[in-house]
Amino acid sequence: MSSLTSSSIDVRALREEFPVLHQQINGKPLIYFDNAATSQKPRVVIEALKQYYEQYNSNIHRGAHHLAAKATEAYEQSREAARRFLNASSIEEVLFVRGVTEAVNLVADCLSRAWLQAGDEVVISTMEHHSNIVPWQMACERTGAVLKVIPLNDLGELDMAQAEALITPRTKVLSVVHISNALGTINPVKELVRKAKAVGALTFIDGAQGAVHLPVDVQGLDCDFYAFSGHKVYAPTGIGVLYGRRSVLEKLPPYHGGGEMIKEVTFEKTTYNDLPFKYEAGTPNIADAIALRYALEFVEQIGKEAMLRHEQALLTYATDLVSRIDGLQVIGQAKEKAGILSFVIEGVHHHDVGVLLDNMGIAIRTGHHCTQPLMRYLGLEGTSRASFAVYNTPEEVERFAEALQKAVNMLR
Amino acid sequence: MTIEEIQQEIAEDFALFDNWEDKYAYLIELGKQLPPMPEELKTDDRLVKGCQSKVWLHAYMKDGKLYFLADSDALIVKGIVSLLIKVLSGHKPEEIAQAHLHVIEDIGLKQHLSMTRANGLVSMIKHMKAYAEAVSSQS
Repeated sequence: MSSLTSSSIDVRALREEFPVLHQQINGKPLIYFDNAATSQKPRVVIEALKQYYEQYNSNIHRGAHHLAAKATEAYEQSREAARRFLNASSIEEVLFVRGVTEAVNLVADCLSRAWLQAGDEVVISTMEHHSNIVPWQMACERTGAVLKVIPLNDLGELDMAQAEALITPRTKVLSVVHISNALGTINPVKELVRKAKAVGALTFIDGAQGAVHLPVDVQGLDCDFYAFSGHKVYAPTGIGVLYGRRSVLEKLPPYHGGGEMIKEVTFEKTTYNDLPFKYEAGTPNIADAIALRYALEFVEQIGKEAMLRHEQALLTYATDLVSRIDGLQVIGQAKEKAGILSFVIEGVHHHDVGVLLDNMGIAIRTGHHCTQPLMRYLGLEGTSRASFAVYNTPEEVERFAEALQKAVNMLR
Repeated sequence: MTIEEIQQEIAEDFALFDNWEDKYAYLIELGKQLPPMPEELKTDDRLVKGCQSKVWLHAYMKDGKLYFLADSDALIVKGIVSLLIKVLSGHKPEEIAQAHLHVIEDIGLKQHLSMTRANGLVSMIKHMKAYAEAVSSQS
């Protein structure tokens, strides 16, 4: 693995920052390869949560006291960190949400009330996660808009010729995933956004995996919305970020009503707060939002390019090793691929694979990965998926490949 | 044998193996020995919901006793199914409905075969007991 020895990341030292990695599962050292589901948390993130609750827990924005000011400052510093992480032009365009699921629901709901009409078309792709399908189906049901789905080619990439044909003047929304959680495919989102913009559509990019593995520049992408979940990028669960273009957010109605999102309330009429607060009704998830900043800074310190190189080296190595297993087929062979390895093995059920690997201390994910339409499209019940993070090592990949061979031997 | 005695016997069989590989190999072997379920019975309405793998379950009464036929497309799940059938099939519906099931804990695999959605253990037991309760309430 020469590509890894030249890596700029000191993985051994880095692993020390992740307490959860240092344990035995079923008598063997844990190998955590379920990172596409959620990543583990570095000490700085855990400490940030602890510090918040031990030293300055307080409700934000309106308190006149010291703790409120401190919490508010930390919360808004986190928003600034998220702005920088996505290269948004202003903090008014950076909304805290629970995660990508809430972000899609927010956007789909608001667009269904102020943008979509009967006969309009919403274009998604075959490889979308359920969270980027169902909210749009609900929006279509509400408005009479029609869902259109971009098909895939044999490698598990978007069929761009078909995409071109599907994006027409009837298209009012394009919502696609940056990196497929089930296939690892990196989609040409910039090109898709350009096509959609040319016909006047609004664009949403699901960055649940994309923001973890790729540098994101929402201004360069020119998308109207981009969302990611904190917990996949080394931050706590329950916090995520939705970038929204200011000119669009200003025209859209609010999502949830309540405290914080108002300017003035009377029983006759309520005026709404300015961005980003218009979209943050109620007491937000302060602690996790504050900790998010430490996770984003952790990623920035290592550098996303270095992380991607490391993860792709692991992917290449793992693909090479597991491909030697008789009857194994890698699902998703895109030319541009992130550190996600999905596979099926002839005559072996993925659930059995998952259970036996668990016995050997290895955590992978098995099943449909919340992409049932994609699985149906591929004619599969599910796959086994190993997904890599910055703290994984080539030695772990080797142990995984050996364990997988052992599991297959037991199951045949 | 009573349901309780069968569970004890299975636990004793599994106690002969001292490592997880042999226990699983035995579980998989038990799955393979499961009496085959006729293909025509593997219909969608016999699928047990809540399993990551497919599990078909069919129940029928004979001479006052309730019998089960089942199959799964995953070997380990099929092994679990075979244990449940060994324990429950061929008893009076009242006995099945009231049975205290502890065979999965007993065989020493519980930490691996957790009560998660993934293996559908809970759903399978619920279905088998629901059949038994339905038949008991009819008689």
